[in-house]
Amino acid sequence: MRVHIDQEKCCGAGSCVLSAPEVFDQREEDGIVVLLDAAPPAELHDAVREAAAICPAAAITVEQVERV
Amino acid sequence: MTTVEPIDVEDGAGTVEAVGSVGTLGTSGTTGATPTPTASGPGSTHLASESGLVVPVGRGDGCPFDPPARVERVRREQPVVRARLWDGSSCWLVTRHQDVRAVLGDPRFSADATRPGFPFLTAGGREIVTNNPTFIRKDDPEHARLRRMLTADFMVKKVEAMRPEVQRIADELLDRMTDGRSAADLVAEFALPLPSLVICLLLGVPYEDHEFFQRRSGILLSLRSEPEDIRTAQQELHAYLVRLARAKRERPDDAIVSRLVARGELDDDEIASMGRLLLVAGHETTANMTALSTLALLRNPGQMARLRNDPPLIKGAVEELLRYLTIVHNGLPRLATEDVTLGGVTIRAGEGVLCTLNSANRDDEVFPDGDVLDVGRDARRHVAFGFGVHQCLGQPLARVELQIALETLLRRLPDLRLDVPFEEIRFRHDMGVYGVYALPVAW
Ligand code: HEM
Ligand code: SF4
Repeated sequence: MRVHIDQEKCCGAGSCVLSAPEVFDQREEDGIVVLLDAAPPAELHDAVREAAAICPAAAITVEQVERV
Repeated sequence: MTTVEPIDVEDGAGTVEAVGSVGTLGTSGTTGATPTPTASGPGSTHLASESGLVVPVGRGDGCPFDPPARVERVRREQPVVRARLWDGSSCWLVTRHQDVRAVLGDPRFSADATRPGFPFLTAGGREIVTNNPTFIRKDDPEHARLRRMLTADFMVKKVEAMRPEVQRIADELLDRMTDGRSAADLVAEFALPLPSLVICLLLGVPYEDHEFFQRRSGILLSLRSEPEDIRTAQQELHAYLVRLARAKRERPDDAIVSRLVARGELDDDEIASMGRLLLVAGHETTANMTALSTLALLRNPGQMARLRNDPPLIKGAVEELLRYLTIVHNGLPRLATEDVTLGGVTIRAGEGVLCTLNSANRDDEVFPDGDVLDVGRDARRHVAFGFGVHQCLGQPLARVELQIALETLLRRLPDLRLDVPFEEIRFRHDMGVYGVYALPVAW
């Protein structure tokens, strides 16, 4: 799995951080999303998919990659 | 000083409910005025989808925790319909989860209430937005520019670090409430002062002034306030916050208002508008969620017992309560700026839309048995905080406050019970933020 974020779109309410704190964080200065792990391990995939689904600004996209 | 006491709402059909834009929180105004049908509004070409609904739709005699039965029926039968507003104009009512997310997540739907055709649920609602609107009623990029001045203060890490402080406030309030007594009004002594103290601390607003701003935010949120009273309340609150901004210029501290002043990018009016939004949004919402959640748990003793026996359930339970109760209950307003097809109908540019969050949160497609409160359910996809770029800025704070308030209450008061018959509880049908006016409890 490959995770992409779009910091322009992000509105900083942090739902992704609640869902997958190992993968997403928020920038100290303005709360905008930062990616901690662009290729998270399999056990986090569900949490990442949930984060992408609940992101209100469609700032998270998930790409399924054969064997990363 | 113009004040309006909350007015009793008669039961029965036709009961008016609040308008739910957490706009400057809320839209308000006269209800009950005879609608004057206007000549062919933008909706007149859509007779096929005309629903006969007049919004805001009342709950009538239905369960006070459920959305109005007529809105639920519309969601099942005709999810995007025309509805009529107080002034005789019409707009689209969007009721399903997927459609509500589609509208609120789509930049072709504007939140700018100064655009012609923007739907207002009351006359007072229009009054609010014409007066120093801030980012909740603006579109990007201006919305994003202003919102991003605040996102750091409400981000998850910052708010999580406030837990000990929020816990201390919760404990002190309960110490005082239970000191030598066995009954009290939970709204006045716990549910309201908790978020109010927290938001005052964050903003740098003196809590001693709480009667002043709580009264005024009550007027702004009431659907029954006259437009003149709305204007007065709004101006008084605004003037108060302008004075506060000036005072911070003289004596800075490290709270939000002072830091906005120090940035030097905003004038005092802009700072006051933001402060007003945060002040009203920051305590009425969490306060009502706390009291209404407590009542919902008291009415569902099985769920309450589950939560008491398994405290780690609290995080998920708060999401479920947000879903089940959806206190911003009257529909978020937007305006189409282009033609958009949704749920089989075409919404034309210039037409208004109301997205009913409460019906979306009961949508069986997403939440099986949605009418059942189940604290063990995964409710994270609820839209109680809205969706899209305007999704609640304060949601991390609301979550922490609600988790602490409810956990502490259940833990410290194992015999908590209602102190009046359920039928005597007065629900806030006539307010933009739903809840109860008072919650007499004993322990
Ligand atoms: C249970 C508690 C709360 C609920 C249910 C709630 C609900 C909402 C909803 C539905 C919106 C979207 C309005 C729209 O799109 O038109 C919103 C926006 C907003 N809320 Fe909350 N809210 C809560 C607590 C808070 C708190 C504690 C604050 C903090 C200070 C806050 C500040 C805001 C702000 C500033 C906005 C405007 C965001 C924007 O337009 O970008 N809310 N809220
Ligand atoms: S959920 Fe989306 S909008 Fe919110 S912080 Fe994460 S990326 Fe940004």
